[in-house]
Amino acid sequence: MAVYKKTYRPYEGELTASWSRFLVIPRYAFEELHGKRFLTIFFLASFIYPLICALIIYVQHNVSALSLLGVQQQGARNLISINVTFFMSLLGWQSVMALFLASFIGPGLVSPDLANNALSLYLARPFSRAEYVIGKMSVLAILMSLMTWVPGLLCFGLQGYLEGWGWMRDNWRLASGVFFGSWVWILILALLALALSAWVKWKPAAGGLMFGVFFVASAFGGLINVVQRTRWGNLFNISHLIGVVWVQLFEGSHQTTNGAVFFRVMQGEQLPLWTAWMALAVLAFICLYMLRRKIRGAEVVR
Amino acid sequence: MHPVIELDGLEVRFGQRVILKQLKAALTGRAIGLLGPNGAGKSTLINTLLGFHKPSAGTARILGRDIRTQAREVRSLVGYMPENDAYISSMTGVHMVRMMAELAGLPREHALERAHEAFFYVGLGEVRYRAIGTYSLGMKQAAKLAQAIAHGPKVLFLDEPTNGLDPPARTRMIQLIQEIRDRGDLHLLLSSHLLHDVEDCCDQVLILKDGNIAAFCNLEEERRANRRFLELETRGGNNGDFLDAVVKLGCETAPGVQGRIKLVMPEGLDVRRLYEIAAGQNVQIRRLNRKRDSLEDIFLKAMESANGRL
Repeated sequence: MAVYKKTYRPYEGELTASWSRFLVIPRYAFEELHGKRFLTIFFLASFIYPLICALIIYVQHNVSALSLLGVQQQGARNLISINVTFFMSLLGWQSVMALFLASFIGPGLVSPDLANNALSLYLARPFSRAEYVIGKMSVLAILMSLMTWVPGLLCFGLQGYLEGWGWMRDNWRLASGVFFGSWVWILILALLALALSAWVKWKPAAGGLMFGVFFVASAFGGLINVVQRTRWGNLFNISHLIGVVWVQLFEGSHQTTNGAVFFRVMQGEQLPLWTAWMALAVLAFICLYMLRRKIRGAEVVR
Repeated sequence: MHPVIELDGLEVRFGQRVILKQLKAALTGRAIGLLGPNGAGKSTLINTLLGFHKPSAGTARILGRDIRTQAREVRSLVGYMPENDAYISSMTGVHMVRMMAELAGLPREHALERAHEAFFYVGLGEVRYRAIGTYSLGMKQAAKLAQAIAHGPKVLFLDEPTNGLDPPARTRMIQLIQEIRDRGDLHLLLSSHLLHDVEDCCDQVLILKDGNIAAFCNLEEERRANRRFLELETRGGNNGDFLDAVVKLGCETAPGVQGRIKLVMPEGLDVRRLYEIAAGQNVQIRRLNRKRDSLEDIFLKAMESANGRL
């Protein structure tokens, strides 16, 4: 057993780089999350869909596997095409999983610190409010990255490896769509989860509110569309906004799809691209404002 | 040599309300007490020094670092024990203190070692692997002290450290603070509304009232001065002769009624000499009081002043 000196002594040793200190927060958060069995199982289960996608890509390029299944290679390609729809569906499914993950984990990130006044301990150190928020966001960002763009790019890489360099060159937009589309979703989800966690101290309520923001707001937007006979109600529909952005990121101006799973854009109801970006930016600013109000070392009573 | 804390016209407003009003002081003590009634601005001053509130005018410096322009540097010098409960309930004690030390810049292995040390030092060695949420109030206070000292700060801010503690726990906390002070490695700023806590631990006191500095005194000098001030009550003999003899020793005297004498003794004179002279003159010294202008007297005078300024 270690014997510790029962005395106070000053610290004269080396210090870590100040830019790297925000990484302390995700490290401790992961240690804590690792102990939660349900979350670990859920996280592992979220890789089932990408594994199936990788298997499809592999089988499509493996003649012996196809012959075992009794399918011609061309027939297999006609059955499931590895194209924009394939990758957008992969991203769509994984993004829904990321929404569930953010709803489970997000509320527990900030609210306990606020409930127990721990913010004064964090911020009394050479550690800013921005670093605190970035540290907490990185917990979600790292996990959601592992669920979205990392498997997406791995599948893209596998397809490129099997199909050849020409395919990769012709379809580079799919990779950039997966990467940037994921990050748009990750940032919006992480900001929303932290903002709600900062304002709603009861974790289950904050988790429920995450879903509420998506489903209730989209229902409200739909109601506006019906009553006012307009499409501008979709400004409240975050999945619609994300869908519009994704289609542009994946396909540019030559659009052949209308989004994926949960992020589908109804024909004729599509908002202009700039309004989708603008609405997402406004949402992000609202979340940042909410965090700015709540993340303080000491509460100000005016 | 920079003062530990220098207040340079520091003013803090919350909306239209002025909480701290143009504070000016240079605090140089090893242990500085911050006294004042509830709402005087003690915690606001500490929070402002930590950068939690932005000054509306003026500034302050801690060991020469400006809180406006060098806030990060200031916080790297400071350890802070907040007034209210402050912890991460799901973490074990040592885990939380280790994380806080890492956030202060200590590498992982050093942070772990010092977290353990800090826990043993504050007397929580046996419960360091328990979740902090399950600690008693006294344990939580000690854990707050552990996280404040684990990274080896140069200045330690203690905001009401004995709040809610029972007498034995309070005594233990005061002893810890005194030990830290006596090691001489860091400076203390102890905020409290308990005069005894400040008197026991501090050598300088800043008294706040309504956001103003109501009094600033050096307790060490007061104690030194008070040690030479005596109040005697005598009987019998010739009081006049006794007084003459005492004056010849170099004492300043002020005779009162019924044999009472106030006197200030010169440096180096032992009280025993007064008894010897009294015995020679057949004078009985019935009572001898060291008249002491205690911190309580200083505090009460400060509170009586109309505008909060002495």
